[in-house]
Amino acid sequence: MSDGVLDTDRNGVLTRISDTLWRNPRLTILLLIAPPALWLGVVYLGSLFALLAQSFFSIDEFSGLIIYEFTLKTYSELFTPANFDIIVRTFLMASAVTIAAAIVSFPIAYYAARYARGKWKAIFYLGVMLPLWSSYLVKVYSWKLILAKEGILNWLFETLHLSWLLEAYLSLPIIGGNSLSVSWTGTFLVFLYVWLPFMILPIQAALERVPPSMMEASGDLGATPGQSFRHVLLPLALPGVIAGSIFTFSLTLGDYIIPQIVGSSRRFIGQAVYAYQGTAGNIPLAAAFAVVPIVIMGIYLWIAKRKGAFDAL
Amino acid sequence: MTSAVSFTGVSRHFGSVRAVDEVDINIAEGEFFAMLGPSGSGKTTCLRLIAGFEQPTAGEISIFSQPAQGVPPYKRHVNTVFQDYALFPHLNVLDNVAYGLMIAGMSKKERHQAAEEALELVALPGYGGRKPSELSGGQRQRVALARALVNKPKVLLLDEPLGALDLKLREQMQEELKALQRKLGITFVFVTHDQGEALSMADRVAVFNEGKIVQVGKPEDIYYRPEVPFVADFVGSSNVLPPHVTEKTKGIWANAAVRPEAVRLGEEGLPATVRATSFIGTSTRVSLELDGIQMIALLPKGQAIPPVGEHTHVSWADDDIHLMEQADE
Repeated sequence: MSDGVLDTDRNGVLTRISDTLWRNPRLTILLLIAPPALWLGVVYLGSLFALLAQSFFSIDEFSGLIIYEFTLKTYSELFTPANFDIIVRTFLMASAVTIAAAIVSFPIAYYAARYARGKWKAIFYLGVMLPLWSSYLVKVYSWKLILAKEGILNWLFETLHLSWLLEAYLSLPIIGGNSLSVSWTGTFLVFLYVWLPFMILPIQAALERVPPSMMEASGDLGATPGQSFRHVLLPLALPGVIAGSIFTFSLTLGDYIIPQIVGSSRRFIGQAVYAYQGTAGNIPLAAAFAVVPIVIMGIYLWIAKRKGAFDAL
Repeated sequence: MTSAVSFTGVSRHFGSVRAVDEVDINIAEGEFFAMLGPSGSGKTTCLRLIAGFEQPTAGEISIFSQPAQGVPPYKRHVNTVFQDYALFPHLNVLDNVAYGLMIAGMSKKERHQAAEEALELVALPGYGGRKPSELSGGQRQRVALARALVNKPKVLLLDEPLGALDLKLREQMQEELKALQRKLGITFVFVTHDQGEALSMADRVAVFNEGKIVQVGKPEDIYYRPEVPFVADFVGSSNVLPPHVTEKTKGIWANAAVRPEAVRLGEEGLPATVRATSFIGTSTRVSLELDGIQMIALLPKGQAIPPVGEHTHVSWADDDIHLMEQADE
């Protein structure tokens, strides 16, 4: 023990390491960031580039072997009517799911951010997160049961003597089908349910940062609640909505299990990737398909940025 | 004179808390009216009742003789300068100021011109292109003021607008606000917990305590002629003499107030003991104890400072002691 004010006698090994780190904040940051950066670089970017590289190869149609030469032939295959249909279908589904998720999430997120306190806030988080704790497959299969012809939804419509309404809906082209569980409406409902937490949480986080006086100030200046929503609340929550839509949009673009279990037999991008890299052994085409969501997300973010969606950040 | 805002028996309860409890106010058109009180005294709730953010639990509020019951904020020609300014972070200064006019449907060119004029009024010309985050606290305060004034409100509500500013800026803004109010002739209702601010700016002051108004009057009346001990203590930091002390000096059983600067130390008067002294610039503050009560005396520069622990006597001119309501006993 030193008698001085400065404790210069504390010189254990750990203390010396702490001292060195304290004197070199840059070294500290480097040490903290190096392991995750390496992980990201090797595993994440590495696999991404491997995928990209594959997409520029092609497959020999007779032997089924991969020809390791640069070509855009595989990409051109994406634009054959059958494949292009898959892309358009997936894109429309992802858009519909994202828009619906944003509409459903906003009021819940607003309630949680503005009104829920204490116990109710805990219940909110629990309610939103709870579905994420159980297996995704089980949830999708339960939805299949709910939506099936013998399922609870049909029963409900029958009990209410509204079967004619459901049948009229199912007879519609494209969105209809033999039953809800084999229609795109069913696929849409399950996607919406499964990805909803990924939309609610970012919107709630964004709304949490909007002080209550913002809406009061807007009303004070003559804006009706609708006008306040449009001119103040929505612009301020937009970064959260965009963040949520990145999740719902990209998750829908890439998923291959939900449309396989619930929906019509027509394929989505994820199923195409699964089929081409598996049984068909056409890895280049699978890779090219996998690049499509990346490109779409890139374009989406670029437009969002140009439109000023991140100005409130 | 026309009544701008009037409260008749207005109460606002939050559960069992009586934030505002049977308050009567009458604010005249063109008046600079201050609502003064400690935090939680109900003054801000009163302001929010005028703005329409809160509805009264009981009583009647009328604004320019029209009953305000059930009228939402966006239908009231009353504008507020918020304590945290509440500027919209995603809009630049010009669009912030023009917001009310945009909502009212004014064309972009006209409203930007009006907003620019409002910015000139608050001495911020040419700041329209900046974002609120790029402004200092004082500048934001001015933008909030311009955003409210550009709508030509009948009543302007100010909720502790100077609270976040440093002392020098606050004094400057006090003068500017007062000059602005005179120039525009708009009714200002100003909420503050700073008695100096209320006394220096307002035409009339209402002092709040525990949801009730304890005294309304001109600043001089509030300062020199407090009606209840709370006002004497909170507003003037006067010495409040309980009845048993007042009886010894005036022969009357009542509460009384004596301003610290009126207290004289010397051979005459009531015996007292010096407990502490502190130098506060223009004068010295002497803390005394007499008859079980604390008393403060402010001694002007040049006067001898008594040592701590000395036994002395306190007295005051007969004009300087102000009797308050008769005590119950």
